[in-house]
Amino acid sequence: MIAIFKLSWYTIVMVNLGNDEIVKYPFLTEAGKYLNDLGFSLEQFGTDPDLKKIVDNAFERIITSSEGRIFKSDPSSNNSALPLEIFSFLIAVILLKLSGMNTLIRRFSLAEARRAEKFLEKDLMNHQDITKAKLSLQILQELFSVTVEKIDEEFTILVSDYLKHSINFHEREWKLINRKVTNGKVHLTPHETVRLVRKELDRHIYTKINSSSTPEMIIGFETYVDKLKQLAKKFEVKTVESKEFPPCIKHAIEVLEKGENLPHSGRFLLATFLLNKGQTVEQIAPLFKNAPDYNPKVTIYQLNQLSGISGTTEYKSPSCEKVKSQNLCFPVPACDTIINPLQFGRKRV
Amino acid sequence: MNGKDVTFLEDTFKKFYFEHFDLLHVPDDPNQREFGYQKFNGGMNRHISLKSDKELHLLLMQNKPSDVYCSNARYMFPNLPMSEKDWQNAELIFDIDAKDLRKEHPKNNTLIKCSECNEISELGESCPKCNSTKLSFTTLTCDDCIKSTKDEVLKLNKILIDDLGINEENIKIFFSGNEGFHIYVHKSEYESVGSRERAELSDYIMFRGGIPETFGFRKFNTNKSSLPKFDDVGWNGRLAKHLFQTKSNRSKISQEILSGGYALFQKKLENFRDSIGIKIDPNVTQDIHRIFRLPGSINSKSGLTKIFVEDLKKFDPYTDACFIDDEEIEVAANCPIEFSLKKKKFGPFNNEQVSVPKFAAVYMMCKGVASCV
Repeated sequence: MIAIFKLSWYTIVMVNLGNDEIVKYPFLTEAGKYLNDLGFSLEQFGTDPDLKKIVDNAFERIITSSEGRIFKSDPSSNNSALPLEIFSFLIAVILLKLSGMNTLIRRFSLAEARRAEKFLEKDLMNHQDITKAKLSLQILQELFSVTVEKIDEEFTILVSDYLKHSINFHEREWKLINRKVTNGKVHLTPHETVRLVRKELDRHIYTKINSSSTPEMIIGFETYVDKLKQLAKKFEVKTVESKEFPPCIKHAIEVLEKGENLPHSGRFLLATFLLNKGQTVEQIAPLFKNAPDYNPKVTIYQLNQLSGISGTTEYKSPSCEKVKSQNLCFPVPACDTIINPLQFGRKRV
Repeated sequence: MNGKDVTFLEDTFKKFYFEHFDLLHVPDDPNQREFGYQKFNGGMNRHISLKSDKELHLLLMQNKPSDVYCSNARYMFPNLPMSEKDWQNAELIFDIDAKDLRKEHPKNNTLIKCSECNEISELGESCPKCNSTKLSFTTLTCDDCIKSTKDEVLKLNKILIDDLGINEENIKIFFSGNEGFHIYVHKSEYESVGSRERAELSDYIMFRGGIPETFGFRKFNTNKSSLPKFDDVGWNGRLAKHLFQTKSNRSKISQEILSGGYALFQKKLENFRDSIGIKIDPNVTQDIHRIFRLPGSINSKSGLTKIFVEDLKKFDPYTDACFIDDEEIEVAANCPIEFSLKKKKFGPFNNEQVSVPKFAAVYMMCKGVASCV
């Protein structure tokens, strides 16, 4: 018999959760404890008709997340609804593990992160119940090591903490330059504060699901699992790639062809790009022949280093953000949707 | 560089180090730092671990390096290959160099070297001898360049203190030994941040990537009151001062900005980067595995020393960082422009044998415009 307590993938966080908090943040340890105390077994969910509603709910929770929507729940409802809410999350995790479909786990984690984000934001602004506001601050501190201070209606966090999270965003509004920054602190609205940790919240849930053990197939779950496997096929992505170089690479080649000096960062971009695209050191080296300071030995040595032949690291082509910061970016409309020059010309079919 | 010049410079540098061990120290936590050095005409030797000043001094005496380096990063195993070093943290460092500040080469302080025929001449668009445009540029001593670099350092310091919350006493300024300054930030929470975070800090300091909304200009329903104000903190305040010059101009200029529209303001913001952004070298700040010239060591691009700057305003690198002695030396000099060191003027020298103090001889040899006779 596989008992519920085998779902031991929750880490211990030192947050005291009440019943409604477990519904809001079921990925926290107290949710596991909550179920553990109730002493259910997984087999019961596959066979007991009274529990079928929970499995249906769990399945629905996955479907909703796969469509990019957030599972609706009402944490303020009465206590009798609580097991359904929490069980549906846990059974959803079991179904996902049994299906082994990573694409669904990714979508589920993100949807759950966004769901929790809404509650966190609401709690953060809760002026009536100070303990709720405190709890949300505590969650931010303990799960994501972000110390948030509240000043009137604004929240502030250390610039260094902000950067560790904001670098995951590609939207320009998250750049530090587009924030109010004073005395080592970044000022944020409650929405922004919570939004800042969405990716980590997503990763936190995803890692927890991935690192949990997969149970053996449970009688009664087969149909759900088969349906999920079918569903995952919908999200398989096939891409085609054009042979055209992005404008930053074209520019680098043009500069070299003219015999002008391409800065070190430009040479690094060009070399890593072509190496990552599968060209050999011997194919790339002649490109640098026209550089004012060309030295064949040094060029081959450096290309070997970048390719990982000589060293231990194979260098990756820098991101668009980095290329921009080095004044080597000359964007065209096709660049709008990419974050690394290597993705240029890649299209989904 | 020919063998005779190499021997001369090696011996001169070694003498300097022997007489100035007091200037050369390993950092407080040497066990965690990576050291490196270069020899004249040689490649880089890095991944070196040194435990004390004594070991450093021994390295200088044994290897006669042209340049000596130490990481700003701390590692568990600094002498292992990069992927095995186990990076712990790194001081935040900014590099402000005169070459990044100027829009064009200073006419009276720059000479050109032709990559085709090696001719050295005064600044021009092509080689006067063979007409080639493959040129390298060398700047000699330039007071205006140092002055503008110092101004930039002061602007950077203000942002580090006011915006990024760094304690003034933890900011240390060093003359780089050539034509710039290295600004070290010690004991800050930024030591633990990685390369991408440092790139973001660089963008902030350089005023890069700003969007109109940040400065109160929305695509719809924008009014004058939402544009930056003189007393605003951070970049809003600095931008307001740049845009309006005086408080009384705000209303009129705000109206002009609004009439220009969103796209024009966006374009302007990009252009303001050149006028109000701090001109640091972003590659230096975001490279968390770099080895930096060791304070107290000589920069082989000039023969001047990288030293701590106590009072930036009074600091004169061409005197305060010039430690080589003034013994008269005969050199073959081909330096078509004048330069000043230790308050003395030298040159121009037109392919002639001249007798100059050793510090000037070393300077010219490091700049590639003189040789031993």
